[in-house]
Amino acid sequence: MTHHTGYNFAYLDESTKRMIRRAILKAVAIPGHQVPFGSREMPLPYGWGTGGIQVTAAVLGPTDVLKVIDQGADDTTNAVSIRAFFHRVAGVATTERTAEATIIQTRHRIPERLLTERQILVYQVPIPEPLGKLEPRIAETRRMHALADYGLMHVKLYEDIARFGHIATSYAYPVMVNARYLMSPSPIPAFDNPKMDQMPALQLFGAGREKRIYAVPPYTSVRSLDFDDHPFRPIRAPHACELCGSRDTYLDEVLIDDVGGRIFVCSDTDHCSERQAMKEAAE
Amino acid sequence: MSMPPLLSARDLELRFGRVAALDGVDLDIWPGEVVAIVGESGSGKTTLLRVLSGLMRPDSGSVDYRGQDVLGMGEAARRRLMRTEWGFVHQNPRDGLRMAVSAGGNIGERLMAIGARHYGNIRAEAANWLGRVEIDAARMDDVPAKFSGGMQQRLQIARTLVTQPKLVFMDEPTGGLDVSVQARLLDLIRALVADLGLAVLIVTHDIAAARLLAHRMLVMREGCVVEQGLTDRVLDDPQHPYTQLLVSSVLAA
Repeated sequence: MTHHTGYNFAYLDESTKRMIRRAILKAVAIPGHQVPFGSREMPLPYGWGTGGIQVTAAVLGPTDVLKVIDQGADDTTNAVSIRAFFHRVAGVATTERTAEATIIQTRHRIPERLLTERQILVYQVPIPEPLGKLEPRIAETRRMHALADYGLMHVKLYEDIARFGHIATSYAYPVMVNARYLMSPSPIPAFDNPKMDQMPALQLFGAGREKRIYAVPPYTSVRSLDFDDHPFRPIRAPHACELCGSRDTYLDEVLIDDVGGRIFVCSDTDHCSERQAMKEAAE
Repeated sequence: MSMPPLLSARDLELRFGRVAALDGVDLDIWPGEVVAIVGESGSGKTTLLRVLSGLMRPDSGSVDYRGQDVLGMGEAARRRLMRTEWGFVHQNPRDGLRMAVSAGGNIGERLMAIGARHYGNIRAEAANWLGRVEIDAARMDDVPAKFSGGMQQRLQIARTLVTQPKLVFMDEPTGGLDVSVQARLLDLIRALVADLGLAVLIVTHDIAAARLLAHRMLVMREGCVVEQGLTDRVLDDPQHPYTQLLVSSVLAA
């Protein structure tokens, strides 16, 4: 796999990158507010990360080190191909180590390791509008954002409790950013929501099909919506990781044979292998 | 009366092309008063209601609510008014209810919109209001789509009144219901209005409903108020030829 010199650096042309950077700057200036942008055709289908890949292309520099994760894993198709894509069209270094990366593009997880000020987390977002399922008119949802008219979102949580006895929203759990804008954190598990609050790293969100960019600047308050008597609770499977023994990370349930055998393992593969290496070194 | 009116409108004019929907309408509503607007279809009743509640802008005129200029206020302020001190009951409950949200959620929406964040309290308040509009509290978690037309309308009223508004606009609340259900609903509205001291502006073409509910009555025709006064006075001694025609057209049972 070699660096292709026939492409402009990071695939997109410079004026497109400038347009996306303008949208990103505006998004950072108004935390949680969805900024429209002219989303381009990318060489992968909608739903595979066209928004995230454009944001990454716009913020990527020659000295950056890129990590791409898909549901926490570095070795799945989507993660491997997006990493290979940027290696080819930008010639940047890539890594599977969270600690070494300067830009992390992610689908549906936040790494377990605490991120730092010198890192940027880029989310792939399928549906940016948190109110969309409750209010189908886009013009009306935009007006609701403008007026901070968010009672409707609590109606959804109320319905959850009335029906299931608890808030049954386990992913894409709505948050208030900077005590002003209601935001969908993309379909990360609710378990990851608390990590967004006061995070030192810049968080950028790109929705390619819906043509929206939004952002959470470093050290910004991000609160998960809840009720006083039904407070927000991050949910994880009540098991230890089969491989590293962790009891405080988010777990995936994995089938291991055809007779119903299953194990729970960390969804963050880098974090898990780091812990396994540490355990081995200690033994 | 020495008390200032709750809502007062002056010289409202609105034209749809060559048709005058409102042609110089003046109106005052005092606290605790039920005012009915009657008239035939197309006489401008519903347009007047929409203009007064700020949903539609007139070509000229003014609407004042407790010292606030309703037509001049921003949308944020108008929405705040609409979910706290005002209420709007639609003719078709489908326009006023969220059909996919449970009855409890429908009643709770206005509470949550003004900042209620305690599930238990919201639910207790919803149960209380279901009781007041005579819906079994066991139906709290059912969606309105499973309710009868009369129940849907009562639910819409509960949802509107839960924040204890001062002024409620009603657009033919008994339209489309059968007669016995209408009677029960009118009874309920009358009791709630008296209980809560609400001011109500009710649009109807049902003269009998107006007589039952309203203290005062306005008769509209072609965008003008042709006659107004105490309900019994207007109905028993109509002065304007159109009012006379209207009253004489009511079928006696």
